[in-house]
Amino acid sequence: MLKGSLGLIALSSLLLSGTAFAQEKIKVGVTATLEGTYTVLGEDGIRGFQTALNVLGKKVGDKELEFVIASTDATPDSAVRAVRKLIEQDKVQILLSPLSGDEGIAVKNFAKTHPELTFINAASGAQETTYVDPAPNFFRYNMDGAQWQVGLGKYAYDEKKYRKIATVGEDYSFIYTQVFGLVLEFCGAGGQVTNRQWVPLGTKDFASVIAALPDDVDAIYLGLGGADAVNFLNQYQQAGGKAHLMGGSIMIDQTILSSKGNAKNALIGTLAASGQADTWENPSWQKFVKDYQDAFPANKRFPSPSLLATNYYDSTMALILALRQVNGDLSNNQAKYKEALAKIEIDAPNGKIKLDSNRQAIGTNFVTEVVDDGKGALFSKVVKVIPNVNQTLGYDPAVFAKIGLPSRTVPECKKY
Amino acid sequence: MTRFVERHPAWALIVIIAIAVALWLIFAVWPQGLEDAVGRKRVFLNALFNGITLGGLYFLVASGFTLIFGLMRNVNLAHGSLYLFGGYVGYAISAATGSWVLSFIVAFILTALVGVLLQVLVFRRMEGQDLRQTMVTIGLSIVFADLMLWACGGDFYQIQTPNWLIGPVELPLVTAVKSSGEPVYLRYPLVRLVIFAASVVIGVAMWLALNRTRIGMIIRAGVDDRDILAATGVRIQLVFVVVFALGAGLAGVAGVVGGTFQSLSPGEDIRFLLASLVVVIVGGMGSIPGAALGALIIGLAEQLGSVYIPTYAIVVTFLIMVLVLAIRPQGLLARR
Repeated sequence: MLKGSLGLIALSSLLLSGTAFAQEKIKVGVTATLEGTYTVLGEDGIRGFQTALNVLGKKVGDKELEFVIASTDATPDSAVRAVRKLIEQDKVQILLSPLSGDEGIAVKNFAKTHPELTFINAASGAQETTYVDPAPNFFRYNMDGAQWQVGLGKYAYDEKKYRKIATVGEDYSFIYTQVFGLVLEFCGAGGQVTNRQWVPLGTKDFASVIAALPDDVDAIYLGLGGADAVNFLNQYQQAGGKAHLMGGSIMIDQTILSSKGNAKNALIGTLAASGQADTWENPSWQKFVKDYQDAFPANKRFPSPSLLATNYYDSTMALILALRQVNGDLSNNQAKYKEALAKIEIDAPNGKIKLDSNRQAIGTNFVTEVVDDGKGALFSKVVKVIPNVNQTLGYDPAVFAKIGLPSRTVPECKKY
Repeated sequence: MTRFVERHPAWALIVIIAIAVALWLIFAVWPQGLEDAVGRKRVFLNALFNGITLGGLYFLVASGFTLIFGLMRNVNLAHGSLYLFGGYVGYAISAATGSWVLSFIVAFILTALVGVLLQVLVFRRMEGQDLRQTMVTIGLSIVFADLMLWACGGDFYQIQTPNWLIGPVELPLVTAVKSSGEPVYLRYPLVRLVIFAASVVIGVAMWLALNRTRIGMIIRAGVDDRDILAATGVRIQLVFVVVFALGAGLAGVAGVVGGTFQSLSPGEDIRFLLASLVVVIVGGMGSIPGAALGALIIGLAEQLGSVYIPTYAIVVTFLIMVLVLAIRPQGLLARR
C-alpha cells in the first residue's frame, strides 16, 4: 500500500503541475490497479487515460480538469479505500473508477453512499455491477464480461467445430461473467462444457491445475489475466501442453501477448472475443492506436493498446465530452451532468457506445484469432464483428433473469 | 531411529503406515473405485511432484533467511527484495548472453554483494536491536521495490528456459493402464525436476558445510553463543558478513529459479518474503533441516490444496502455520 502511494504522489504531482495557474478547477479522482497481479493492466489503463487527455485536452469551458490518481490491487477493499481517500482527502467531484470486476461491485455499492457525486466506471466488467440494484450515479461505458464473449461460443461451435470444451478461470466476478457469456452461447449452440476449474486470483504455480486439465476435450478456455496468465502459459509450455486454446478478454490482450519470453507463442491461433481487436481496419480505431503509440516511447507501452487502455480512453472520453455538453456545470448535486452522461453517445475507437436504462454500455464486440506478425509480435486479428450487444445478450429480459447471476456453476450448460 | 520407535511405539506405527500408504499411492495402479472417489492418479502424482518441487524453491529462499536469523538474530524483511533483485539480474544476464547457468552465477554474486552492503551498512550499526532492524528492513524493502519498479517496470519477466530443459520427460511411474494392457507413464516437466535436484544438492551441501567443516563449526558456535566465540579470538564480524552474503546469494539464486518456472513482477518480493516467513515459522527459526521440512509441507499443502480443495487452497498454508504455532510454537524442528 505504502509502495503504491509513493508512486502515486509522483504520478499525481506530474499531472497537477500543468494546472497550477488555472482559475477554477474540477477535481477528478482516478483509480487503477497499480499493484499486485494486475499491475500491468493498471499501467496500461493509465496510458489509455493519458492518451484521451492528449487528444481531448483538459479544458472544459473556462474551467480546468485536475486529476488525482490512486492505486488499488484488484481487491474490493483496496478499491473502496482508494475511492474514499479520493473523496474525503482530495475532495474530488467525479470518479473514474475502478479497473477490476470485484472492485466494480464494491465501488458501485459505495457510490450509493455519495449520491451527490458522479462515478464513471473505468474498466471493470462484472455483470452484477450494473445489472443488480444499479446505483443511479454509476455509469459504465464498457461492456461487461459476458457481452465481451458474445460471438465466441457460436464461432467455436460452427467454424472450429469444437463440441466439448473445459474452462480454467480466476475465481472472481469478472471471470464468472466471462464464462457465463461463453457457456450460454456455446451450450446454446449445442456444445458441452465438461469441466470448470477455478483458481484463486494471484496463483503462481499452475502445474497441478495443468495436470488436472481433461484430455478428452476439443479446446480449453482460459479466463486468466495479468501475471496469472503469464505463469499459466509458461508452465503449460514446460508441461508440453498441446491442446487447442480459447481465451477470455484479458487473456488474449496485449498485456499478455506482448509479455517477455516465448511462452506466449502457445497462444498463436487461439480463438477469443473482446471489446476490441488489435488489427481492426476501422479508421477511428487506427487513429486511436496511432495516438496511443505517439503518446509514449516504444519501450514504455505495448505495440498496440490493451483492452484496459481502450476502456480508460472511452470512459475518459465520456467524462470529458459530457462535461463539455453542460459547460462544466456541477451545481444541484451534478444533476445536469448526470443527465448528460446518461444520454451521451460516444464515437469510441472500438465502435459506437450508448447506455441502457441501467447506465450500462451497449456496444460492439469482436471475435478474434491470435496471429504472429512475422516479427515475433502477437496481435489479435478480427474474424467477426458483432454490433449492438446489450447486457442481456439479446435474450428477452425475463428469460435472462431466470438464468441467474454468474457464479462458479451458473449458468448450467443447456439451452435457455 | 530405534530410540524413537522404543519411546513412541504408537506414533512409530502410524508413521510407518502413512509411509506405506503414500508409497502404495505412488507406485500402485489405482483401482477403479479409488479413481472414481478422488480423481485420476495422474492428477494426484502431478500435484504431489509439484508440491515437492515448489517446496524446493521455497527451501532455497527460506534457507538463506533462516541461516541469517539463526546466526545473527537478524530478521531481514528485505529478503524478498533480494529474491526479486536476483531474478531481475538473472533475467538481464540470460537475455544478454543467452546462458542460463551464467545467470545463476552472476545473480548469486550480485545479491551476495548487496547482502554484504546490507550487513556492513545497516545491521552492524544496530546490532542486537531487533525492533529497529525490523523497521529498517521493512523500509528498505519498500525502497528496493520502488527502485526495481522504476528500473524494470511492472512487466512480467520470464527467464528463458534453456532448450534442453523444455518439455516433459516420462517417469517410470505408471499412472494408468490402457485397455490394451499397455501402461501409461507419468509425464513431468524436466525443468522442475532439475530445479528440485539442484535445491536438494544445495541443501545437502549446506548441511555438510555446517556440520562437517571448520567454518561450519564456527557458525554453529556463533548461533549458540556469539560472545564466547568472539572471546576465543574468532573474527565474528567476518563470519557474519560471509553468512549474510551466502544467505542473500541463495535468495538471488532462488530468484532465477522462480523467474524460470514462474515469473517475475512487482509484488513477488512480498510473496516470497511471506512464504519464507511461513516456512521458517513452521520449520523452526534458524534450523536448516527445519526450513527443508517446512518448505516441503507448505509446497505440498499449496499444490494438493489447489487440486483437491481449490476454494480453500489459500487458507491451508496459514492453517498449518496456526496449527504449528498452537502445538509447537518454536517450530517443528527447532532445537530450543
